[in-house]
Amino acid sequence: MIEFESVTKRYPDGTVAVEDLSLKVGTGKITVFVGPSGCGKTTALRMINRMIEPTSGRVLIDGDDVTGRPEAELRREIGYVIQGAGLFPHRTVLDNVATVPILQGVTRRDARTSALGLLERVGLPANLGERYPSQLSGGQQQRVGVARALAADPPVLLMDEPFSAVDPVVRDDLQQELLRLQSELGKTIVLVTHDIDEAIRLGDEVAVFAQGARLAQFAPPADLLAAPADDFVASLVGRDRGFRGLGFADGSEITLRSIDHGVDGLALEVDPDGRPLGWRGADGLLPTEGTFRDGANLRTVTDLVILSPAGAAVRVDAEGRADGLVLLEDLAGSVRSQQRERLAALAMAEEAR
Amino acid sequence: MSLDYLLDAANWSLTNPEGFPQRILEHLGYTALALLIAAVIAFPIGLLIGHTGRGALLAINLGNAGRALPTLGVLMLALAVVGIGLVPVTIALVVLAIPPILATTYAGIRSVADETVDAARGVGMTEPQIAWRVEVPIALPIIVGGLRNATLQVISTATIAAYAGLGGLGRYLFDGLATLEYDQVVAGAIVIAALAVVVDLALAGTQRLLVSPGVGARSAGNRPTTVHPEPNPEPAG
Amino acid sequence: MSEVWSYLVTNGDDVLTALVQHIWLALLPVAIAFVLALPLGALVHRYGPVRHVALTAGSVIYTVPSLALLLLLPGLLGTSVLDPINVVIALTLYSLALLVRTTADGLDAVDPTVLQAASAMGYRPVRRWFTVQLPLAMPVILTGLRVATVANVSMVSVAALIGIGGLGQLFTRGFQLGFYLPPIVIGLVLSVALAVVADLLIVAVQRRLTPWARAGAR
Repeated sequence: MIEFESVTKRYPDGTVAVEDLSLKVGTGKITVFVGPSGCGKTTALRMINRMIEPTSGRVLIDGDDVTGRPEAELRREIGYVIQGAGLFPHRTVLDNVATVPILQGVTRRDARTSALGLLERVGLPANLGERYPSQLSGGQQQRVGVARALAADPPVLLMDEPFSAVDPVVRDDLQQELLRLQSELGKTIVLVTHDIDEAIRLGDEVAVFAQGARLAQFAPPADLLAAPADDFVASLVGRDRGFRGLGFADGSEITLRSIDHGVDGLALEVDPDGRPLGWRGADGLLPTEGTFRDGANLRTVTDLVILSPAGAAVRVDAEGRADGLVLLEDLAGSVRSQQRERLAALAMAEEAR
Repeated sequence: MSLDYLLDAANWSLTNPEGFPQRILEHLGYTALALLIAAVIAFPIGLLIGHTGRGALLAINLGNAGRALPTLGVLMLALAVVGIGLVPVTIALVVLAIPPILATTYAGIRSVADETVDAARGVGMTEPQIAWRVEVPIALPIIVGGLRNATLQVISTATIAAYAGLGGLGRYLFDGLATLEYDQVVAGAIVIAALAVVVDLALAGTQRLLVSPGVGARSAGNRPTTVHPEPNPEPAG
Repeated sequence: MSEVWSYLVTNGDDVLTALVQHIWLALLPVAIAFVLALPLGALVHRYGPVRHVALTAGSVIYTVPSLALLLLLPGLLGTSVLDPINVVIALTLYSLALLVRTTADGLDAVDPTVLQAASAMGYRPVRRWFTVQLPLAMPVILTGLRVATVANVSMVSVAALIGIGGLGQLFTRGFQLGFYLPPIVIGLVLSVALAVVADLLIVAVQRRLTPWARAGAR
């Protein structure tokens, strides 16, 4: 666990970057610091590996004050990824990845061998290993940056705007890749971004920072969308937060109808194996516009309901056989009850505090 | 213009104490000594200032002042103070070589992208490790450029050793002028220019061997640097 | 110190003549080279093949030691060894080699999107060159001019070795007088002072011409 205890960073010219920040980052989770530029989120992050020293207060990792350790030694045990990757241009990709193990005394040969495995792990072909950073695309460089940070298998990973320098399509890939990696590795990750969508997508918990690293809200993304703490958070979260929040709501609670259930004079037609073919009506066969499986979130289900000519989403089992329908009215009921439950839970948590 | 002196085989004899091979060796000797001393002084200072960013203004101004000093005047001053010999010549050449080495070392280190240094610190390199394993290798093309520039200047200026009574290729210029043997002057001038070109090419070759392909002038150009390196070598007297 | 003063009193006229001559010999070549470098630099900036030829020629000029060049030029041009024109030509060549390169660098460094924006607003090429491109390239060009000026001021002294005037004569005078310090010190001080004054003048001009460069500086 990483803990900020009343941490303040004041510069000699009087600027206060972080003021009295207290925060606990959970082990094995992705915690995202999000906020407008200049809000102190990067300063807060960089105090974890002592790139910046706090003016007052303490930063603890697993109960130990970070200032109790020599800086370089501490940093070798904390992975660090920055915007644009910050690769060493004079070293090959493999040597970049092998940097920290070599600093820790591993032989170059061994470090390079395990670096090769790491390249694969972050989705890069091994033949890129002998290239120089300038010969890679921005997205590839960023993957190498992640591989370099993971090389010494550190329990903690700090990521400072890691995906801001790449185009949206590549960013999407990298975000997915990070979630996949995290499901395998279970690191304690602190990620800084100014992009609220990235925060909501990646974070197990999201810390919304206002000016001076004032913690405006610290909550799981679903709660952030359902109940922003104040106008600042609401405006940062932006439009459609209700709909986006459905992405965190469970779709399996909705009442399921039998596939024989006719809607608006349309009936679901299936092939001999039971796979949905379309909605049969007076105008012929209309498309289902997709199906969902058990475990899908409410956002997916809602989207299917809206698109469907029958106003009903088709659920299929693992073999692709249709096994149920979700109707608009049942969906609406589920959304209502889940939102009520959420608000009640938040109120209770508030009271408990 | 006659090339008789230059093409006279006797002047190329290895045993002739006043022949070209002997003079070239002397000339290179003065040059190497001055460059070595200048590098030992200027490189660590440039590295320290570049790495810490402290004292930059002082270094730049000292460098500029050094550049403005006429080497002939420095030589005369040194001769007047310490007397005839190798020492005053070396002092004058060292004063000449320090500014380009200092300025380019500083500029080279400063040209390393901030995020690269940040990343190096972030992965747990100590400050000396950052300087030696990251900043110097990346800055090497610029640093070697400064060294080449200093070498050119010192080679061309080492002619003044002859003016102070020592040997080197300057002998042909001053002896030729004194005795009005223009042949000898032309020969000396051509050999000095040729020597400068050859040494510069040799250093360029060395640079190619030393510098990582990843920071080659063209391939590293994807990120603009904020520091404009010394625009150019400057000719020397 | 008093010796320096008395030398100045008795040889004041000689020192002044040497200083004036030094100024001419050092600054005239820079001025000529600056005027020539603008069109040449523009050519180098525009045409790739020209760039290679010009920059190679410049590097070759650099490797020729100034004293050697001063002694070779009379043979090539048919001038007398003692003719100051040799000094002017030699220093013009060095300055030119430097300034063509920095002019091209300066023009290269201008943000192409700014030029596109200027064209899009209806600037014709010539006007765009003088009112947008050249001013934006000025900081780099003037930096080159500073280096060339300071280098020339210190280089002219060499001419004294072959008997041509300038402050270098004070050094050879000191030599002839058995390493007599006063003329050497006066020569050094005046030479450095001249370089500093010339440099400051260019900086002052630069500030007037490129106020935006300071506005953005940290």
